[in-house]
Amino acid sequence: PRNYDPTLHPFEVSREYTRALNATKLERVFAKPFLASLDGHRDGVNCMAKHSRSLSTLLSGSCDGEVKLWNLTKHDCVRTLQAHEGFVRGIVVRYCGTSFFTVGDDKTIKQWKMETPGYGEEEEPLNTILGKTVFTGLDHHQKEAVFATCGQQVDIWDEQRSSPIRSFTWGVDSFSSIRFNPVETELLASCASDRSIVLYDMRESAPLKKVIMTMRSNTLCWNPMEAYYFTCSNEDYNLYTYDMRYLDRPITVHMDHVSAVLDVDYSPTGKEFVSASFDKTIRIFPKDGGHSREVYHTKRMQHVICVKWSADNKYILSGSDEMNIRLWKANAAEKLGVLAPREREATNYNQKLKEKFQHHPQIRRIAHHRHLPKTVYHQSKELRIMKEARRRKERNVRKHSRPGSVPVVSEKEKHVVTVVK
Amino acid sequence: MASPGEATVSDSHVEKKKKKPPGRYWQEPQEGEKEGKDGEQPEQPPQQNEQKTQKAKKRKPEEGQRDGKKFISGKSDPFPGPAPIPEDRVQKFKRKDKMKKPRRQHYKLRDMIARSEEASEMAQKQAARFDLLLPEDAGFLEGDDNEDTYMISQEDIADAVDITSGAKHFNLKLSQFGPYRVDYSKTGRHLLLGGRRGHIACIDWQSKQLMCEINVMESVNDVKSSSVSDTNFRLCLGGSTASHAMYAVAQKKWLHIYDSNGIELHCIRKFNDVLRMQFLPYHFLLATAVEILSFSHKMEFFWCIIPNTSATSFLQYLDVSVGKEVAAICTKTGRLDVMCQNPHNAIIHLGHHNGTVTLWSPNQKEALVKMLCHQGGVRSVTVDKTGTYMVTSGMDKKLKVYDIRAFKPVKSYFLPAGASCLSLSQRGLLSAATGDTVQVYRDVWSTPVTKPYMAHRVQGTVWGLHFCPFEDVLGVGHGDGFTSMLVPGAGEPNFDGLDANPYRSAKQRQEWEVKALLEKIQPELISLDPSELGQIDHATFEQRHQDRVQALGFDPLATEKFIPKYKKKGRSSAGSVERRKKQVAHEDQRDVIRKTVEDKMKMEKERKEKEKKKALLSSQKSALDRFKK
Repeated sequence: PRNYDPTLHPFEVSREYTRALNATKLERVFAKPFLASLDGHRDGVNCMAKHSRSLSTLLSGSCDGEVKLWNLTKHDCVRTLQAHEGFVRGIVVRYCGTSFFTVGDDKTIKQWKMETPGYGEEEEPLNTILGKTVFTGLDHHQKEAVFATCGQQVDIWDEQRSSPIRSFTWGVDSFSSIRFNPVETELLASCASDRSIVLYDMRESAPLKKVIMTMRSNTLCWNPMEAYYFTCSNEDYNLYTYDMRYLDRPITVHMDHVSAVLDVDYSPTGKEFVSASFDKTIRIFPKDGGHSREVYHTKRMQHVICVKWSADNKYILSGSDEMNIRLWKANAAEKLGVLAPREREATNYNQKLKEKFQHHPQIRRIAHHRHLPKTVYHQSKELRIMKEARRRKERNVRKHSRPGSVPVVSEKEKHVVTVVK
Repeated sequence: MASPGEATVSDSHVEKKKKKPPGRYWQEPQEGEKEGKDGEQPEQPPQQNEQKTQKAKKRKPEEGQRDGKKFISGKSDPFPGPAPIPEDRVQKFKRKDKMKKPRRQHYKLRDMIARSEEASEMAQKQAARFDLLLPEDAGFLEGDDNEDTYMISQEDIADAVDITSGAKHFNLKLSQFGPYRVDYSKTGRHLLLGGRRGHIACIDWQSKQLMCEINVMESVNDVKSSSVSDTNFRLCLGGSTASHAMYAVAQKKWLHIYDSNGIELHCIRKFNDVLRMQFLPYHFLLATAVEILSFSHKMEFFWCIIPNTSATSFLQYLDVSVGKEVAAICTKTGRLDVMCQNPHNAIIHLGHHNGTVTLWSPNQKEALVKMLCHQGGVRSVTVDKTGTYMVTSGMDKKLKVYDIRAFKPVKSYFLPAGASCLSLSQRGLLSAATGDTVQVYRDVWSTPVTKPYMAHRVQGTVWGLHFCPFEDVLGVGHGDGFTSMLVPGAGEPNFDGLDANPYRSAKQRQEWEVKALLEKIQPELISLDPSELGQIDHATFEQRHQDRVQALGFDPLATEKFIPKYKKKGRSSAGSVERRKKQVAHEDQRDVIRKTVEDKMKMEKERKEKEKKKALLSSQKSALDRFKK
């Protein structure tokens, strides 16, 4: 029998606090995010793609032109094919999941069947398109037989034709990444090497608009739930989340990396995203938070080139320079497998408690503490000092000049040069 | 065959007032024509309907979607919407007042607050609704007309009630090792007796089973049961399932800890000459009042501070779960033999011979509060369960009730003999021992009490009083043994199975123990206000904000100056810009201004009314006015 009378339960707050403290400590104890490493590539992993229908399948392309298909539940490679000469630059699975496309340094786009060829059959592409220039990335339309590539220009291809149905250029520049909007499916965004991010409408003949930033963006990813937001990973160690309607300032600046950010991918819930960086770490950011909630690293992982968040929101996959693909838990302390009802209830309760007391200094300290590699730790300290010095200088300048002549420029405004329409 | 409905239709003139037959679902299609047929009948139903609609209107805010939905039988729900909850029950579970909503620009915070308030309101309502279903009810002894309840003897009560309850009144004649201190365990299952001359007994008092009985061959000052087993000891035994509750005995020299089999587990040499003890169950702390008469190591330690006192008094805290001393506070106030705890906030109250009561926490070397309560020395102190009232008795033969949230006296009574021991029950009954009689009072703080609720005379002088939790029983330890008194209405009738369950099994007890130890509250969290941890720390925030402003060179939280948007077609003229600016000016202060204005108006109104009354009174001429000059 229960009696919920508050006078029978004294010290409610302190007891809950103690519980929250214990829950936070246990969370840190159980935080073991690394699950498996998939090895087999003979060169650095350059790109990865999730299967659009099957959770357990992953495709990866490496710098020696090899493409591998992985079974994630068994942690093994199911198929290997020599797709290109030179780098595999991009790889994408068709929305139906029966075939996939690759682009490489040999100026070709190849379409492959998802099924393994039978005994005696040769490993041959379904279709090969020879382009004029090198392709650096591609993405497929959500529900039509159309895909887009980028290189010297952005091309829109019909699967049935061998020449692009539309080409976009804006100045003479090369592009590094292109992505279709998952909701407004005719929209595209691409990162160009003139430090700009360009938006296109597939139905129009000219690009929509672009924003020029102080440094180059490497890749971008749309938020799958609120598809007017996209996040781009930048060379200046930051990530920027933009609202595509208002490009003049980013919604959020995500800082924490200490080297160029190379790839970014959203979780299917659209609440968080994961970023891969040249500083050999992966970080997970909340979509509206300026700092990361989690950092993953191992001693052996080198520069992380590509990263994906699995479609069931539970795992993260990272491909890095030293030829391995790593499988991580998206929530480091989560227990995998089926939970008993009481267990689930307890975890939910603990989660709520942690949330409730998250701002208490003691709990905050424990929850936020992460061990970092020595280089990253020192570099972040150095960066902090540099930033502080810059800020101090600016403050002093402002102090000794006419009031109003040196305006305060917020962090968000600092990194945008112009918006061109 | 005719259905009952048709039968009434046929002889409607004769039996007009016959009760309407219960509706049947097959009647529904006929209803229209039936109403058309009999002319007189519709007189009754509309009235009912009216009443119903009135009721429905009253309950409107709580109505769910079920309102207006008819059953298959065609009747509408007589009790639409969720069942009402009595207001006082809801009030009982209220923890916090509604928060003030932040301004419009903090819409995220506003949302968050709204959502959490909604959740807490729902929890409050559910708890209140659950409260209605509690199985037991509390009640008091009531005499016949003109019969005072204190005249009813214990034997009469024991005869009148059922056998199991009657068996709870008993006497233990233990005249040899006399006067006894008493303590019940937290669940009220076990009774601990400590005789002055060394006799210690632990009894499962409801089944009258003796758990252990020893004689320590030394004088015993106080006993306290600690409700947990000794974990270290259990580990030594290799995690055996034999877990027995520990109890602490303050003997002449050291503090000893025994388990309920009577095995001495520890002798704590850091705690010597202990006079009184209190166990704080959620902190696992044993607070001891120590008096050092002899020359010991502590005296050497404090030699420089107090060079010329022969007796030094300490308040020492022992962490029972790990066996470490948490704090030792030199109180510098003479002999400490009056001690009690505030169960609401774990503050220790000490009574002194100069009439003061001091409040202590282990975090502070000084007393938190010093109150002058009595003219003479303080003889006994006790605090009620909710931490609202403190009852003290002193050498000046007075019994005083204080509100210890405001530190103000509430009531003062004069007892001809003065009370030597006091104890408060879970439901707020006060027992006071004067010499060899025990008196129980009701409602000491709310109404002026003239006579006791119950009284009982025991063999020797009373030495210890303790109400048994969750039972209507008062344990009295006296010079001639122990008496268990029946006091109807003393204990909380409904226990909480997950907190203190008197009927728990060994397995449940072990589970509870692990849980309780995991959520042991640290001694640093003891403070006068136990909910302080859940409140917003404005001071630190302000400090941090200032630091931030210093570092940034500007205030990031400052409200941006409103710049009206430029509008075309001449709508951005200077005048309209000013007007638009005015719309948002002082938006943050508007609520405050409105409130102050309202308050002022109210005060003004009250003042005017008062004046009016005065004027009325003065205008009434009395007969003596003619003599005024």
